[in-house]
Amino acid sequence: MMKLFATALLTLLLSFPAYAKVEVYDLDVKGAHASIQFKIKHLGYSWLFGRFNKLEGWMSGDQADPSTSKVEVSIDTSSIDSNHAERDKHLRSADFLDVKKYPKATFVSTKVVDNGDKTGTIYGNLTLHGVTKQIQIETKFVGQGEDPWGGYRAGFEGTTTLKLADFGITYNLGPASTFVEMMLFVEGIRR
Amino acid sequence: MPIRLKNNYTHFGLISIILHWLVAISVFSLFIVGVWMVDLGYYDEGYHQAPFIHKSVGMLLFGVLLLRLIWQIANPKPAPLSDKSIEVILGNITHLTLSALVFAVCISGYLIVTAADAGISVFNLFEIPAMITNLEGQEDLAGIWHWYLALTLMLLTALHTTAALKHHLIDKNDTLTRMLGGRGRGTKN
Repeated sequence: MMKLFATALLTLLLSFPAYAKVEVYDLDVKGAHASIQFKIKHLGYSWLFGRFNKLEGWMSGDQADPSTSKVEVSIDTSSIDSNHAERDKHLRSADFLDVKKYPKATFVSTKVVDNGDKTGTIYGNLTLHGVTKQIQIETKFVGQGEDPWGGYRAGFEGTTTLKLADFGITYNLGPASTFVEMMLFVEGIRR
Repeated sequence: MPIRLKNNYTHFGLISIILHWLVAISVFSLFIVGVWMVDLGYYDEGYHQAPFIHKSVGMLLFGVLLLRLIWQIANPKPAPLSDKSIEVILGNITHLTLSALVFAVCISGYLIVTAADAGISVFNLFEIPAMITNLEGQEDLAGIWHWYLALTLMLLTALHTTAALKHHLIDKNDTLTRMLGGRGRGTKN
């Protein structure tokens, strides 16, 4: 009886090929093959780079129809690292990220548009510093395939520019430093 | 009377006196500058200069504290001037706690700056290397400790000062004057 039920369920699932093809990938944060970097102008004379060391998330999609793809990423804001302890301490304070009050920043996609040539635009809601705003991430597919250890991986890169004041971060860093460029390099392992 | 450098059992020598007031002035200035500098904006003139001086003086103070500790061990301790044993005990506890706190404030400050493996430049003359780095949340935890230890130190300093004034003005003994190098009024010698 159980076997019959299982066979029926399997047949049912297979009769919806679109459903069966949706693949879910978890970001490879354990192997640190997913990172979120940022750069911001310093006084207008050069770029300061930093990154968030702790994040987690997943992405899902159907290769036949990329527009059904979804992404969710959660960032531990206290993991900000600009290679300068006093600056990081300042960035975590109420002057900037206020990580005690807002320990997480999250991105949840709402729409994915395939722009062709392995590029796309991900629209979604970014919650940062307690403010949720729609942003768009310009995305490029990097590659996919089997890894040498029995898994299957796919990777993307994405960029977006955030106006700090949009998220209530108004500390005066000077007129050249009101925007921050975010760069995402994420590799997912198929579930 | 020649200048006495070392302590004896009734008086502080010149070196102990200088070390005491050097620490006192440094601690007080560091606290004032510290409280002021953390609220400076990015475009304020002292944004880089004030922390630079605070850190330099802090590291020099640590050296002075070590010298003072060695000097205290190597010298006799002048006897307390109070004959109330409760005052003597409280005084001893306060002095020990004050000494431990100044060390702790210096060390916690050092741990903030060196958390990402950067040394501390002392007035661009030499550099104290980073030794303990990259602990989980190091700069944030050290920052919290630095602030509350400094605050406790200032409160205890207020108690220490009040007690010294009490001995001077009410008990009329030489507690304060002998730390200023005075010859004393001859009481309790």
